[in-house]
Amino acid sequence: MTTASHTALALDFPILEQEGLVYLDSAATSQKPRVVLDALEDFLAHHNANVHRGVYPLAIDADTRFSAARAQIAAFVGAEPAETIITKNATEAINLVRYSWGPQNVGAGDAIVLTEAEHHSNIVPWQQLCEEVGAELRWLEVDDEGMISLGQLDEFLADGRVKMVAVTHCSNVLGTINPVEEVVARARAAGAASLIDGSQAVPHMAVNVDAIGADFYVWTGHKAYGPTGIGLLHGRRELLEAMPPFLTGGDMIKTVSFEATTFNELPFKFEAGTPPIAETVALGAAVDFISGLGIDRVRAHEEAITAYALSQLQAIPGLTVQGPPLAQQRGGLVSFTLDCAHPHDVAEILGRDQVCVRAGHHCTQPLMKKLGLGATTRASFAVHNSTDDVDALVGSLGNVIEIFGES
Amino acid sequence: MDDALYREEILEHYKRPHNFGPMENPDRESFDTNPLCGDELRVMLKVDDNDVVEEVRFEGHGCAISQASASMISDEINGMKLDDLARLDRSAILDLLGIDISATRMKCALLSLKVLKSAAIGTLADWEPDTADAARPAGGAQL
Repeated sequence: MTTASHTALALDFPILEQEGLVYLDSAATSQKPRVVLDALEDFLAHHNANVHRGVYPLAIDADTRFSAARAQIAAFVGAEPAETIITKNATEAINLVRYSWGPQNVGAGDAIVLTEAEHHSNIVPWQQLCEEVGAELRWLEVDDEGMISLGQLDEFLADGRVKMVAVTHCSNVLGTINPVEEVVARARAAGAASLIDGSQAVPHMAVNVDAIGADFYVWTGHKAYGPTGIGLLHGRRELLEAMPPFLTGGDMIKTVSFEATTFNELPFKFEAGTPPIAETVALGAAVDFISGLGIDRVRAHEEAITAYALSQLQAIPGLTVQGPPLAQQRGGLVSFTLDCAHPHDVAEILGRDQVCVRAGHHCTQPLMKKLGLGATTRASFAVHNSTDDVDALVGSLGNVIEIFGES
Repeated sequence: MDDALYREEILEHYKRPHNFGPMENPDRESFDTNPLCGDELRVMLKVDDNDVVEEVRFEGHGCAISQASASMISDEINGMKLDDLARLDRSAILDLLGIDISATRMKCALLSLKVLKSAAIGTLADWEPDTADAARPAGGAQL
């Protein structure tokens, strides 16, 4: 039964020592487990040196730990280290593809397919590219239950003009888990490249980049129990090798003369300047933390919490849940609206009970327009949440209804 | 429930806003959004030959603070000259609301003033400063 209570899967998060904190905003950024904070501090306190070309033992130690963490992060999502590029965040990873891959592969009269539920970070770069080269955007519609149609994708791909299909793995508003393997296979069959935005997927469900088969897969460290300042781009080698560098400078070169530069091998060709070394090491600890819990257990846990939240929220009169009806179709988040109160007022009143939720357009203004909404309130779940947190949310929503309810 | 932020008068203005709805052939009009939360507000004015406001209507959607502040200020500006309207500052709204507004909600409170001033001057007005400190003129008295 979906309404059974569930305890947290892991609780060793220092921030949760704050009395009464009910953190339901992991889709915005995850809280950090103690092991990740320890790894960050341990690296900076005992192993810190710049990477690449260091000769003294401390530098070799730092280099070794940095490389090992990259390999660990890559392995966690079934990717090759050489095809795993460290960026600042997922947004930069998408922009890397837009700037390095885009102009060589998308031209006048071509098309790029996006879904209506993309985050602005997977819209604006493509919109800018289309404006620059004279290409068009084609929008895959989301239906009333937040699902896209593979039939419409086939229609879009039929004329052979589509060069890129960029789709979120899991919607940050609707929660919908998209059929990314099918999307990628269809794109490839039609001669289009594909990019999957895994920002809401990676720490919450099993992700195998190799099995998904996308040309590019991006995600971000800070939503996956890691620190801010690190994102990941996994790309297929032949595409990455054919692409010019994105940013240029140190570390990304093989040789520099007064006349010309030759570029470094993958992945360093796309990593200009000193990378986020300590952050990479800490993200290595984060994926280790998730692996230790077991990604399938994490998914089962968050699915159960989501199912409970759906059942409890839908029982509230005047509350409308957005997105798919079933928890198994969703990542661990639920967006909703209340008839009587605006999402910002909802979040303000919830905040007084230390129930931390996000309110607003969630960087998805086109989707909000499609839904006919200015904003929603979103609760999102992680391994430290329990059904008690959902009960706190529901209880606090009672206060909102008490204030705003009577007309 | 008694609530400092959502006091009775604010909820009343939110649920039954004054001067809310469309206006045919307005003399002045402006529309703007709160980029942080997507609140939208359109203000329409009728003015007489001396640029005095004769009628105000607003439309939009948003949180209680933004909609109530629009409703409350709309009651105040009939008979006001456009020049005077353009000179209103954040205190005009905050005094009407009569509550402490946190920094994160300040733009909700000030959207209506921005749109009204934009309608008065015929071009987009700047946001009022978020804090009283920022509002203090440079070189002014320091505490």
